[in-house]
Amino acid sequence: MRRDKAALLYQGKTQLDRAFDLASGHIDQVFVSVRASQKNEPTRSDKPLIVDLVGLGEAEGPIVGIRSAMAAYPDAAWLVMACDLPFLSDAALERLLKERDPSVLATAFRSAHDGLPEPLCAIWEPAAAAALSDYQSAGGHCPRKFLRRYPASLIEPYDRRALDNVNTPEEYTVAQTEIESHVGVNPMQLKIQYFALMREQAGRSDETLETSAATPADLFAELTARYGFTLSREQLKVAVNAEFSDWSRRLIPGDAVVFIPPVAGG
Amino acid sequence: MMRFRFTESAIDADAARRELLDRGAGGYVSFEGWVRDYNEGREVTRLEYEAFQPLGLKEGNRILAEAVQRFPIKHAACIHRLGSLDLSGMAVWVGVSSAHRGEAFDACRFIIDEVKHRVPIWKKEHYRSGDSGWVNCERCAAEPDHIYGHGHDHVHGLTASRDRGPGVHEPPEPLVLPGSE
Repeated sequence: MRRDKAALLYQGKTQLDRAFDLASGHIDQVFVSVRASQKNEPTRSDKPLIVDLVGLGEAEGPIVGIRSAMAAYPDAAWLVMACDLPFLSDAALERLLKERDPSVLATAFRSAHDGLPEPLCAIWEPAAAAALSDYQSAGGHCPRKFLRRYPASLIEPYDRRALDNVNTPEEYTVAQTEIESHVGVNPMQLKIQYFALMREQAGRSDETLETSAATPADLFAELTARYGFTLSREQLKVAVNAEFSDWSRRLIPGDAVVFIPPVAGG
Repeated sequence: MMRFRFTESAIDADAARRELLDRGAGGYVSFEGWVRDYNEGREVTRLEYEAFQPLGLKEGNRILAEAVQRFPIKHAACIHRLGSLDLSGMAVWVGVSSAHRGEAFDACRFIIDEVKHRVPIWKKEHYRSGDSGWVNCERCAAEPDHIYGHGHDHVHGLTASRDRGPGVHEPPEPLVLPGSE
């Protein structure tokens, strides 16, 4: 796609602004990584910037951005997020932050598509700086290969689409339509029914909820934050409109959602 | 004939059995699950069952359809009780009629095993000590890494020999441990 992916608009907001706001809800300070030539672009110029350091390689890609950030704040761990992930959600970031393992060089999602690490939605620890330097000196430049070779903690994908990126005009149109029709514009109403342990923990057997959760996975994260469910998502199944469903299905207004704790008939 | 249903009142196994009669059937096998007075070393005084009925009916009937497809049987039915049950109360009934006995036994076993693992039904145990707990939920919530699903049977005549781990929540494939790839 011959366009700046950070400048693509969703609901009238650039993807960079969406990513920036999303990250701001979870971490102390957010910066935008830029090449020197991008410093004055209107999409980026109003944000705190980390400019690629000269001498770390020309046109080497995101590895230079990560190393420049680490050089600027050597004690900080970095949540590194690509600017072309329109489906990335609060729930996915919460999960990444919760599962962070500071004893390795990075914590990353495993791709739902090929099982490989996703370096551009990952937490990079300060200790990774030296290893990245060695790796690049030895001719490496791919953060994904780096994460396969060096100690990293890989966590299972949050949902199949959370890390889908947008690379073609067709993908952009699809993403735009989905996001504009389902997410955020008007929080939608969903009907939720609770059973067994979850009914007791929620203190109710059903409710109608205003939410901007896009998927059952997002909804479960939202409700767990509210009710403190003790069962994890991995222990549950989910049904939408009285049929078993995928956790990443796109919810639409009026959907009836039921989380299914471990069953015990007979 | 095949039908899965829930009932809030006592299961009438005799009436249910009559629905399976067929002139081509040479035999009938049934299974009754009863409330037992202990589980996991604790004294149980009663059980409470609840179900997500719209999906439970669909999944239960899918299991019966699978049984009819897999085994050459005439009819199959299953009734699951909901609400509060005292000791020895009948929690579930499965009946199968067929031309010959072998497939009736096999289909009956298949149905009760699948129902226990797939149908959204939950039971709460009330203990002699006064407290209570949701079977398969509480212990696992406390120990999320624990592989559960074994030893939870409340019914006489069922063994855990077909244990598939956490039932509905675990695919039948072998577990792949992290780092084993």
